[in-house]
Amino acid sequence: MKEEASKILRTLPREKAFYFFTSIGNYTGESAASLKEFMEKIKDVNIKSLEFHLYRGDFEKWIAEVLQDEELALELKKLQKFNLTGDAIRKELYTAVSNRLKQLTSQL
Amino acid sequence: MKLKNNAFALDATDLKILEALQEDARQTYTAIGKRLGIAHSTVYDRIRRMEQHGIIRKYTTLIDAEKAGAKNITAIMTVYTDPKESEKVAEKLCQAPQVTEVYTSLSEELQIIAKVVAENQENLHHFIANSVAPLPGVLRIRTSIITKKFKEAQPQILNDPKKSTTKETLDEIGERKE
Repeated sequence: MKEEASKILRTLPREKAFYFFTSIGNYTGESAASLKEFMEKIKDVNIKSLEFHLYRGDFEKWIAEVLQDEELALELKKLQKFNLTGDAIRKELYTAVSNRLKQLTSQL
Repeated sequence: MKLKNNAFALDATDLKILEALQEDARQTYTAIGKRLGIAHSTVYDRIRRMEQHGIIRKYTTLIDAEKAGAKNITAIMTVYTDPKESEKVAEKLCQAPQVTEVYTSLSEELQIIAKVVAENQENLHHFIANSVAPLPGVLRIRTSIITKKFKEAQPQILNDPKKSTTKETLDEIGERKE
């Protein structure tokens, strides 16, 4: 359990980080190389970027395939069904990621 | 063709030969010579020297990708970079097969402008997200996908003083065409 939590919470190399875009090919300049950094960026990144990535399934893909956290990936996938827009996306994403972060940190 | 400090200075005949080759690089030395009123051997010698000195870099084929059945998309990507890293970013872009042209430009910030070709929008995004955004020194990226091409041509040699077309206005050119 502790090992799995450490693995998910690790800091990734630059090429494995999540890069925030607002649309195809338009990079905001913001990136996250760990779950903690990802949570922090959710608070500030352009809302268009959150909408763009949520409905493309980019967040769940990165969390499942790179961070290897299937549980959080599933949570984020569920958010797509609610047709959220604007700040509601930011709020729900932040809640889901911060709750998971607290849970994993407590396992260390 | 004269040598100036080990560099070539092209004369009017060289420029005319280049212009003829830009119109049709497959025409014979005889055809070019006839058109310019010079011997085909002169054309041959001048072309050879321009090839040897890299003035003529290569002979290639312009393909209409659409007619050839390719369904590629082309995009113009502007990469804003940290000035200290811009050379390295530009060099990395040059190595990518998806990138066909790379330029740098300095306006308010240092930018690299590149033309990118991809099979579809998803592949374009994948390339930019996985191969361009992670490069050290990349600050942000703006990409415009080209929807319609109005003109694509080789740049003409404009430094021949005897030519007046550069001084003409677009209206004058339009009137002459009519």
